[in-house]
Amino acid sequence: MITVPTSHALFLAGVLFLLGLMGVIVRRNIIFILLGLEIMLNASGLAFIAAGFHWGRPDGQIMFLFILAMAAAEVSVGLALVLQLYHRIHTLDADQADKMRG
Amino acid sequence: MNVLFYIAGAVAVFCTIMVITNFNAVHALLYLIVSLLSVALIFFLLGAPFAAALEIIVYAGAIMVLFVFVVMMLNPESQAIRSRKQLLHPWTWFGPAVPAAILLGELIYVLTAGSSTFPVNAGVGPHALSRTLFGPYVLGVELASILLMAGLVGAYHLARPEAPRAPEGDDR
Repeated sequence: MITVPTSHALFLAGVLFLLGLMGVIVRRNIIFILLGLEIMLNASGLAFIAAGFHWGRPDGQIMFLFILAMAAAEVSVGLALVLQLYHRIHTLDADQADKMRG
Repeated sequence: MNVLFYIAGAVAVFCTIMVITNFNAVHALLYLIVSLLSVALIFFLLGAPFAAALEIIVYAGAIMVLFVFVVMMLNPESQAIRSRKQLLHPWTWFGPAVPAAILLGELIYVLTAGSSTFPVNAGVGPHALSRTLFGPYVLGVELASILLMAGLVGAYHLARPEAPRAPEGDDR
Protein backbone atom coordinates (compact mmCIF):
# COMPACT_ATOMS: atom_id res chain seq x y z
CA MET A 1 0.00 0.00 0.00
CA ILE A 2 1.22 3.45 -0.83
CA THR A 3 2.50 5.63 2.00
CA VAL A 4 2.80 9.03 0.38
CA PRO A 5 2.18 11.86 2.86
CA THR A 6 -1.12 13.62 2.21
CA SER A 7 0.66 16.96 2.07
CA HIS A 8 2.51 15.88 -1.08
CA ALA A 9 -0.74 15.00 -2.85
CA LEU A 10 -2.22 18.32 -1.75
CA PHE A 11 0.90 20.11 -2.99
CA LEU A 12 0.52 18.43 -6.38
CA ALA A 13 -3.13 19.52 -6.45
CA GLY A 14 -2.07 23.07 -5.65
CA VAL A 15 0.55 23.10 -8.41
CA LEU A 16 -1.97 21.82 -10.97
CA PHE A 17 -4.55 24.36 -9.80
CA LEU A 18 -2.05 27.23 -10.15
CA LEU A 19 -1.08 26.02 -13.64
CA GLY A 20 -4.75 26.03 -14.65
CA LEU A 21 -5.19 29.51 -13.15
CA MET A 22 -2.15 30.73 -15.13
CA GLY A 23 -3.72 29.29 -18.27
CA VAL A 24 -6.97 31.14 -17.60
CA ILE A 25 -5.20 34.44 -16.93
CA VAL A 26 -2.48 34.35 -19.60
CA ARG A 27 -4.19 32.81 -22.61
CA ARG A 28 -6.69 34.83 -24.66
CA ASN A 29 -7.97 31.98 -26.81
CA ILE A 30 -11.34 31.09 -25.33
CA ILE A 31 -10.84 27.34 -25.88
CA PHE A 32 -7.67 27.51 -23.79
CA ILE A 33 -9.48 29.46 -21.07
CA LEU A 34 -12.01 26.60 -20.87
CA LEU A 35 -9.15 24.07 -20.77
CA GLY A 36 -7.63 26.01 -17.85
CA LEU A 37 -10.97 25.83 -16.05
CA GLU A 38 -11.01 22.06 -16.58
CA ILE A 39 -7.48 21.76 -15.16
CA MET A 40 -8.52 23.76 -12.09
CA LEU A 41 -11.65 21.62 -11.50
CA ASN A 42 -9.58 18.46 -11.89
CA ALA A 43 -6.98 19.74 -9.40
CA SER A 44 -9.68 20.47 -6.83
CA GLY A 45 -11.00 16.93 -7.36
CA LEU A 46 -7.48 15.63 -6.70
CA ALA A 47 -7.43 17.59 -3.43
CA PHE A 48 -10.72 15.95 -2.40
CA ILE A 49 -9.41 12.47 -3.27
CA ALA A 50 -6.25 13.15 -1.25
CA ALA A 51 -8.36 14.21 1.74
CA GLY A 52 -10.49 11.05 1.41
CA PHE A 53 -7.26 9.02 1.27
CA HIS A 54 -6.04 10.71 4.43
CA TRP A 55 -9.15 9.89 6.46
CA GLY A 56 -9.96 6.59 4.75
CA ARG A 57 -13.54 7.73 4.11
CA PRO A 58 -15.61 7.63 0.88
CA ASP A 59 -16.73 11.28 1.22
CA GLY A 60 -13.78 12.61 -0.77
CA GLN A 61 -14.64 10.42 -3.74
CA ILE A 62 -18.28 11.51 -3.51
CA MET A 63 -17.29 15.16 -3.72
CA PHE A 64 -15.16 14.21 -6.74
CA LEU A 65 -18.25 12.66 -8.38
CA PHE A 66 -20.17 15.91 -7.83
CA ILE A 67 -17.28 17.92 -9.28
CA LEU A 68 -17.32 15.57 -12.28
CA ALA A 69 -21.05 16.16 -12.88
CA MET A 70 -20.57 19.91 -12.46
CA ALA A 71 -17.62 19.94 -14.90
CA ALA A 72 -19.66 18.04 -17.50
CA ALA A 73 -22.55 20.51 -17.26
CA GLU A 74 -20.17 23.48 -17.26
CA VAL A 75 -18.22 22.34 -20.31
CA SER A 76 -21.34 21.62 -22.37
CA VAL A 77 -22.81 25.06 -21.71
CA GLY A 78 -19.41 26.72 -22.11
CA LEU A 79 -18.69 25.10 -25.46
CA ALA A 80 -22.19 26.02 -26.69
CA LEU A 81 -21.39 29.63 -25.71
CA VAL A 82 -18.07 29.36 -27.61
CA LEU A 83 -19.92 28.22 -30.75
CA GLN A 84 -22.41 31.07 -30.42
CA LEU A 85 -19.61 33.61 -29.86
CA TYR A 86 -17.69 32.32 -32.89
CA HIS A 87 -20.77 32.71 -35.07
CA ARG A 88 -21.19 36.31 -33.92
CA ILE A 89 -17.65 37.74 -33.92
CA HIS A 90 -15.85 35.11 -36.11
CA THR A 91 -12.86 34.77 -33.82
CA LEU A 92 -11.91 32.85 -30.70
CA ASP A 93 -10.05 35.80 -29.14
CA ALA A 94 -11.74 36.67 -25.86
CA ASP A 95 -10.51 40.28 -26.09
CA GLN A 96 -12.58 40.83 -29.24
CA ALA A 97 -15.81 40.25 -27.31
CA ASP A 98 -15.67 43.69 -25.72
CA LYS A 99 -19.05 45.15 -26.62
CA MET A 100 -19.82 45.77 -22.97
CA ARG A 101 -16.49 47.66 -22.54
CA GLY A 102 -15.60 45.48 -19.58
CA MET B 1 5.60 2.18 -4.35
CA ASN B 2 5.81 5.87 -3.56
CA VAL B 3 8.01 6.51 -6.56
CA LEU B 4 5.05 5.68 -8.83
CA PHE B 5 3.15 8.59 -7.29
CA TYR B 6 6.00 11.04 -7.85
CA ILE B 7 6.60 9.92 -11.44
CA ALA B 8 2.90 10.26 -12.25
CA GLY B 9 2.81 13.66 -10.57
CA ALA B 10 5.82 14.85 -12.60
CA VAL B 11 4.14 13.63 -15.81
CA ALA B 12 0.92 15.46 -14.84
CA VAL B 13 2.73 18.74 -14.14
CA PHE B 14 4.83 18.51 -17.32
CA CYS B 15 1.81 17.81 -19.52
CA THR B 16 -0.21 20.60 -17.89
CA ILE B 17 2.61 23.06 -18.56
CA MET B 18 2.64 21.90 -22.18
CA VAL B 19 -1.15 22.46 -22.33
CA ILE B 20 -1.03 26.08 -21.25
CA THR B 21 2.01 26.95 -23.39
CA ASN B 22 0.85 25.25 -26.60
CA PHE B 23 -0.50 27.26 -29.51
CA ASN B 24 -2.15 24.39 -31.35
CA ALA B 25 -5.47 23.48 -29.73
CA VAL B 26 -5.41 19.82 -30.82
CA HIS B 27 -1.88 19.31 -29.47
CA ALA B 28 -2.91 20.94 -26.19
CA LEU B 29 -5.87 18.56 -25.99
CA LEU B 30 -3.57 15.56 -26.51
CA TYR B 31 -1.30 16.76 -23.70
CA LEU B 32 -4.30 17.35 -21.46
CA ILE B 33 -5.53 13.79 -22.05
CA VAL B 34 -2.12 12.44 -20.97
CA SER B 35 -2.24 14.70 -17.91
CA LEU B 36 -5.70 13.40 -17.00
CA LEU B 37 -4.52 9.79 -17.42
CA SER B 38 -1.64 10.40 -15.00
CA VAL B 39 -4.03 12.03 -12.51
CA ALA B 40 -6.23 8.92 -12.85
CA LEU B 41 -3.19 6.78 -11.95
CA ILE B 42 -2.63 8.99 -8.90
CA PHE B 43 -6.28 8.43 -7.90
CA PHE B 44 -5.73 4.68 -8.15
CA LEU B 45 -2.59 4.90 -6.02
CA LEU B 46 -4.48 6.99 -3.44
CA GLY B 47 -6.98 4.18 -2.94
CA ALA B 48 -9.79 5.50 -5.14
CA PRO B 49 -10.09 2.99 -8.03
CA PHE B 50 -13.67 3.96 -8.91
CA ALA B 51 -12.78 7.64 -9.15
CA ALA B 52 -9.82 6.69 -11.35
CA ALA B 53 -12.10 4.80 -13.74
CA LEU B 54 -14.55 7.72 -13.85
CA GLU B 55 -11.70 10.16 -14.47
CA ILE B 56 -10.71 8.21 -17.58
CA ILE B 57 -14.27 7.58 -18.82
CA VAL B 58 -15.80 10.99 -18.18
CA TYR B 59 -12.87 13.44 -18.23
CA ALA B 60 -10.42 11.94 -20.71
CA GLY B 61 -13.25 10.34 -22.70
CA ALA B 62 -16.41 12.39 -22.84
CA ILE B 63 -15.31 15.93 -21.98
CA MET B 64 -12.18 15.85 -24.16
CA VAL B 65 -14.23 14.48 -27.07
CA LEU B 66 -16.54 17.48 -26.68
CA PHE B 67 -13.51 19.78 -26.89
CA VAL B 68 -12.18 17.97 -29.96
CA PHE B 69 -15.61 18.29 -31.63
CA VAL B 70 -15.72 22.04 -31.05
CA VAL B 71 -12.11 22.57 -32.17
CA MET B 72 -12.78 20.60 -35.36
CA MET B 73 -16.01 22.54 -36.00
CA LEU B 74 -14.33 25.91 -35.57
CA ASN B 75 -11.10 25.17 -37.49
CA PRO B 76 -10.95 26.68 -40.94
CA GLU B 77 -10.45 24.02 -43.60
CA SER B 78 -6.90 25.06 -44.54
CA GLN B 79 -5.74 24.94 -40.95
CA ALA B 80 -7.36 21.53 -40.52
CA ILE B 81 -5.47 20.15 -43.50
CA ARG B 82 -2.23 21.68 -42.24
CA SER B 83 -2.63 20.16 -38.80
CA ARG B 84 -3.42 16.81 -40.41
CA LYS B 85 -0.14 17.03 -42.33
CA GLN B 86 1.65 18.06 -39.13
CA LEU B 87 0.33 14.96 -37.41
CA LEU B 88 2.45 12.80 -39.70
CA HIS B 89 5.60 14.62 -38.65
CA PRO B 90 7.47 12.62 -35.99
CA TRP B 91 8.14 15.50 -33.60
CA THR B 92 4.44 16.28 -33.32
CA TRP B 93 3.51 13.03 -31.63
CA PHE B 94 6.87 12.56 -29.90
CA GLY B 95 6.01 15.01 -27.10
CA PRO B 96 2.81 13.37 -25.79
CA ALA B 97 4.06 9.86 -26.65
CA VAL B 98 6.94 9.88 -24.15
CA PRO B 99 4.79 10.74 -21.07
CA ALA B 100 2.18 8.25 -22.27
CA ALA B 101 4.91 5.58 -22.55
CA ILE B 102 6.03 6.37 -18.99
CA LEU B 103 2.43 5.93 -17.80
CA LEU B 104 2.20 2.66 -19.74
CA GLY B 105 5.34 1.43 -17.99
CA GLU B 106 3.83 2.27 -14.59
CA LEU B 107 0.59 0.50 -15.58
CA ILE B 108 2.46 -2.65 -16.61
CA TYR B 109 4.39 -2.54 -13.35
CA VAL B 110 1.18 -2.22 -11.29
CA LEU B 111 -0.43 -5.09 -13.22
CA THR B 112 2.57 -7.41 -12.85
CA ALA B 113 3.37 -6.52 -9.23
CA GLY B 114 0.53 -8.76 -8.09
CA SER B 115 -2.12 -8.39 -5.43
CA SER B 116 0.36 -8.50 -2.56
CA THR B 117 1.79 -5.10 -3.45
CA PHE B 118 -1.49 -3.55 -4.61
CA PRO B 119 -4.35 -5.27 -2.77
CA VAL B 120 -7.62 -5.19 -4.65
CA ASN B 121 -9.71 -4.12 -1.68
CA ALA B 122 -7.31 -1.37 -0.56
CA GLY B 123 -8.77 2.07 -0.06
CA VAL B 124 -12.44 2.78 -0.63
CA GLY B 125 -14.00 0.59 -3.28
CA PRO B 126 -17.19 1.09 -5.32
CA HIS B 127 -19.31 -0.78 -2.76
CA ALA B 128 -18.60 1.51 0.19
CA LEU B 129 -18.73 4.49 -2.14
CA SER B 130 -22.20 3.71 -3.47
CA ARG B 131 -23.50 2.84 0.02
CA THR B 132 -22.55 6.35 1.10
CA LEU B 133 -23.55 8.04 -2.15
CA PHE B 134 -27.10 6.71 -2.08
CA GLY B 135 -27.34 6.94 1.70
CA PRO B 136 -26.59 10.33 3.25
CA TYR B 137 -25.75 12.00 -0.07
CA VAL B 138 -28.87 11.01 -2.06
CA LEU B 139 -30.07 14.63 -2.11
CA GLY B 140 -26.80 15.61 -3.77
CA VAL B 141 -27.36 12.95 -6.44
CA GLU B 142 -30.77 14.42 -7.21
CA LEU B 143 -29.34 17.93 -7.37
CA ALA B 144 -26.56 16.74 -9.69
CA SER B 145 -29.13 15.16 -12.00
CA ILE B 146 -31.11 18.43 -12.09
CA LEU B 147 -27.86 20.30 -12.85
CA LEU B 148 -27.05 17.93 -15.72
CA MET B 149 -30.59 18.35 -17.09
CA ALA B 150 -30.23 22.14 -16.93
CA GLY B 151 -26.85 21.86 -18.69
CA LEU B 152 -28.41 19.73 -21.43
CA VAL B 153 -31.29 22.14 -22.04
CA GLY B 154 -29.02 25.17 -21.85
CA ALA B 155 -26.47 23.73 -24.29
CA TYR B 156 -29.24 22.79 -26.72
CA HIS B 157 -30.76 26.27 -26.54
CA LEU B 158 -27.45 28.12 -26.83
CA ALA B 159 -26.00 26.09 -29.71
CA ARG B 160 -29.04 26.49 -31.93
CA PRO B 161 -28.42 28.60 -35.02
CA GLU B 162 -29.64 32.10 -34.40
CA ALA B 163 -33.28 32.66 -35.31
CA PRO B 164 -34.05 35.60 -37.60
CA ARG B 165 -34.32 38.73 -35.49
CA ALA B 166 -37.89 39.87 -34.82
CA PRO B 167 -38.78 43.10 -36.65
CA GLU B 168 -39.69 45.00 -33.49
CA GLY B 169 -36.13 44.38 -32.36
CA ASP B 170 -36.74 42.92 -28.92
CA ASP B 171 -33.33 42.18 -27.46
CA ARG B 172 -33.37 38.68 -26.05
